[in-house]
Amino acid sequence: MIVIVDYGMGNLRSVEKAIASIGASSVISNDPDAISKADKLVIPGVGAFGDCMNNIRAYGIEDAVKQFIAKGRPVIGICLGMQMLFEGGDENPGVKGLGLMKGSVKGFDHEQLAGKGLKIPHMGWNTVKQGKKSFLFEGIKDKSYFYFVHSYYPAPLEDVTIGTTDYGIDFTSVVQKDNVVATQFHPEKSQKNGLRLLSNFINYRG
Amino acid sequence: MLTKRIIPCLDIKDGRVVKGVKFVALRDAGDPADNAVVYDREGADEIVFLDITASSEHRSTLIDAVERTADAVFMPLTVGGGINELDDIKTLLRAGADKVSINTQAVLNPDFVKQASYRFGAQCIVVAIDAKRISASTEGGKSVAWEVYIYGGRKATGIDAVEWSQQMEHAGAGEILLTSIDRDGTKSGYDIELTAEITKRVGIPVIASGGAGNMEHFYEGFVRGGADACLAASLFHFRELSIKELKTYLQNKGVAIRPV
Repeated sequence: MIVIVDYGMGNLRSVEKAIASIGASSVISNDPDAISKADKLVIPGVGAFGDCMNNIRAYGIEDAVKQFIAKGRPVIGICLGMQMLFEGGDENPGVKGLGLMKGSVKGFDHEQLAGKGLKIPHMGWNTVKQGKKSFLFEGIKDKSYFYFVHSYYPAPLEDVTIGTTDYGIDFTSVVQKDNVVATQFHPEKSQKNGLRLLSNFINYRG
Repeated sequence: MLTKRIIPCLDIKDGRVVKGVKFVALRDAGDPADNAVVYDREGADEIVFLDITASSEHRSTLIDAVERTADAVFMPLTVGGGINELDDIKTLLRAGADKVSINTQAVLNPDFVKQASYRFGAQCIVVAIDAKRISASTEGGKSVAWEVYIYGGRKATGIDAVEWSQQMEHAGAGEILLTSIDRDGTKSGYDIELTAEITKRVGIPVIASGGAGNMEHFYEGFVRGGADACLAASLFHFRELSIKELKTYLQNKGVAIRPV
């Protein structure tokens, strides 16, 4: 069973329906037991980094998620669900992330972007340059378009970047570390390319 | 490179799609979810539902339409109209909306946008500004300004639209949906002066709305107005222009567009 981790944030219904549209079923849950027993985990996320981490802790599911990953089970993080995999971030400096990947989450530089006529949040369709081969990109052309909406981006301090996107700077938009993958964009909102990427994850036999 | 967005808007009354000319003379034309599926296939970059139902008793029909749409299309959906409380936002996001658009309540309750942004995140809070051109007397003579209207364009507020857009950015809006009341339904083009003035003053994305009548109007909106997205309703709805045709045109003119 695929479990969509519910920690009180974000549009979980869209993720659930996107998974359903590719012929798989999932459950939305915040039960540590259900999380431990899942085949795969989806960690979505919309909102602020600090709220998400605080909620994950308040719901008592941080350990379940960490143990699941430690066992080498497949996980996909989406948007804030990607950012939470890192150690911490600019958005809420005092709040620790899950720390499963080395590095932190940085905010886009207002002045640097404004100089290039770019707005914050980075909102809309942008391309992903595939830097490394991954099961996640199977059947998806290099530089395909995906839907982004975010003001912060992960800056890994280890070799986990498999896709990058240009928004004033080249930032990490897709990561993979063993069986944990994550995207800064929203596959569940990225029409055909997004559904293909989710389907690659669903059908992955880690 | 981030691409400019093309956004079809569906005006919805009692759960059905309509399109008014200058906010009156409504024509009924179908089911919101079915329309959304068509736009999804045609390569729209996002979709906006604007609920113009006057009474709250038919609210459930809108929620139902949002749910059915979110089940069928996997693209960003913004829903506006009749949002008066934080719970209204929660209900819409739960139903499958990705963003909500707040208009009248942002003016009536100065803290509303701030609270909504804090609770749900700026990325899902769109502030809709309906602006009407006024001539203002200044020391240097006459100059143009725009006034914010609420209640579907029926009530003037005395608020300057440019200042308002900056205030709303500071309050935590993630995006501005800017409609020219003068141009809405006229097909004479977006109010480029208004759009340019506001895109210049705020650091968040701006959607130009009101007045699109042909493909060149979109080009002008993006290039001269500096809009991040251009919205149109009747033009797409009555099949006077296809999104594919429009995107090809804009690409050929050098505008960064996500190909269909």
